[in-house]
Amino acid sequence: MRPLLSSKWAKVFVFALCLMPLLLLGWRGYRQDLGANPIEFITHATGTWTLRFLVFTLAVTPFRKLLKLPELIKFRRMLGLFAFFYGCLHLTTYLWLDKFFDWREILKDVEKRRFIIAGFTGYVAMVPLAITSTTGWIRRLGGKRWQRLHRLVYLSPIAGVVHYYWLVKSDIRQPALYGFLVGILLLYRVAVWKRLIII
Amino acid sequence: MIRYSQVTPKHVYLNRRQILAGGLAALTLPGIAQGGTKLQGVTKSKYTVDEKMTPYDAITKYNNFYEFGTAKEQPAELAKDFRTNPWSLSIEGAVAKPQVLDLDAIMKIAPLEERIYRHRCVEAWSMVVPWIGFPLAAVVKLAEPSSKAKYVAFQSYYNSKQMPQGKYGGIPFPYVEGLRLDEAMNPLALMVVGLYGETLPNQNGAPLRLITPWKYGFKGIKSIVKIRFVEKQPPTTWNLSNPSEYGFYSNVNPEVDHPRWSQAKERRIGEIFKRDTLKFNGYGNEVAALYSGMDLRKNY
Repeated sequence: MRPLLSSKWAKVFVFALCLMPLLLLGWRGYRQDLGANPIEFITHATGTWTLRFLVFTLAVTPFRKLLKLPELIKFRRMLGLFAFFYGCLHLTTYLWLDKFFDWREILKDVEKRRFIIAGFTGYVAMVPLAITSTTGWIRRLGGKRWQRLHRLVYLSPIAGVVHYYWLVKSDIRQPALYGFLVGILLLYRVAVWKRLIII
Repeated sequence: MIRYSQVTPKHVYLNRRQILAGGLAALTLPGIAQGGTKLQGVTKSKYTVDEKMTPYDAITKYNNFYEFGTAKEQPAELAKDFRTNPWSLSIEGAVAKPQVLDLDAIMKIAPLEERIYRHRCVEAWSMVVPWIGFPLAAVVKLAEPSSKAKYVAFQSYYNSKQMPQGKYGGIPFPYVEGLRLDEAMNPLALMVVGLYGETLPNQNGAPLRLITPWKYGFKGIKSIVKIRFVEKQPPTTWNLSNPSEYGFYSNVNPEVDHPRWSQAKERRIGEIFKRDTLKFNGYGNEVAALYSGMDLRKNY
C-alpha cells in the first residue's frame, strides 16, 4: 500500500478518479441517457457528489490514523477541492437551469426555503477554505490561524445533510445514510478532542 | 367489442418474440415498458390541449408510485411482474347499488374516450398525457349514491409481498385518496384505464387509476381496488403523512407555494427551462366554480 501511495502517480490517479463522476455525467448527457428529467438528474448527481466528497475529505484524518497511513494526507486538499468543485456545479445548475438567473426568484428562495438556506450555507462555508487552500495561504495565515479557519470544514457536511433531509418528500434513507456517515466522522473528532481515543 | 380478457397482453407477445429471437431480443429490449394492449373503440374527446404530448417513454419511465420504490425509474422496473388480472373493484358505502366489478366489467362502465390532459406534479414538473378512460361521474351514476354520500374515498391495492419497496416509502399504505362528491361529478374527473391508445402500464397505475387534471398528480390514485361513498371527508395519504404540506384539495395553484418550494413555475418534461404554472392547471373554466367562496390558501 505504502509504495503505491507515495508513488508520484498516486495523485494523478486520484485526480482522474475524482473527475470520473463528471465524465460519466457528461457521457450520459451526450448519449441522452439522463432520464425524463435531465436537469433534475444533473442537480441530484452534482449534489450527491458534493456530499460524498465532503465525506471523503472528513474521512482522511481518521483513516490515516486508524490505518497508520499518514501518506493519505496528501489527498485531503484535493478531495476538499473536489467537494467545492461539485458544489459549484450543483449551485450553477440551480442558478442557471433551475432559476435561469432570475435573481428576484432566487432571493425569494434563499429567504423562504430553509433547504436552500442550508445548502447555501454549506456552499458559502467552502469558499474561504477553497481560496486559502494553497501553500502560499497557509504561510500567509500561519499554521495555527489557517487551521482554525479550516475548522469551518465541519459546517459544510452538516449543512449538506440538513439540506438533503429538508428536501426529500418522505423517503429519508439517503439523507439518513449521509447523516450517519458524517455523524460518525464528527464523533471521532469529538472523541479525540475529549481524549477518549488516544492515537 | 373485444373482451379485455381475450387480448394478448403486450408483454406476453413481446415475451414470445423474445423467446423466438433468443437471448438477443432480451439484450436489445432491456426494461421495455410493459403494459399496453391496444384498446379498441376509443373515441376522441373534446377535452384536449393544443400542446406537444410528452413521449410515451418519459410517461412510463418517470413515475411516482411509492409502493414500487421512491426513485422515479423504479416503478417501471419493479412493477413489471405486478399482476393486474384478475382484478376486482369494490364500489360500496352510502350507495343504492354496492357492487364488485372485475376487469371486463370495469372496462364496460362507460365508453372509452381519449383525453389529452396537462398533468402537474406537486414536485413542480409536468407532462401532457393522452389518457384513455371514462368519466368518474359514470361510476357515481352506476353506484347511485344516497343523500348521505358527500365524499368519495378511493383506496389502492397494497400487498407488501408484491410491493416490497413500499416499506421504505415513508408514507402509510394502502394509499388512499378522496374527492368531494361534486368534484367527482365534474366532467373532467377521469377514471383512466389506458394511455397512448393502450392499456395502462403497471407503473402508471394499472389497471385503473384516477386523473383529476386540475389537481396535483398525487390526487390521481393508482391501481384502485375500492371506491367508497362516505359522509365525512375521508383521509388522504399525503395529508396523513404531512398535513402542513399536502391538503385535501391540492388544487394546482401557482399562488400557494408548497412550504418548501415554489409552485409558481413548473418544468415540462422534455424542456429545459421552467414555464409558468396555470391556476387549476389551466382548467379554471371547468372547475373554479367548485371552490367559489373558499379560501384556497387555507384549503390547499
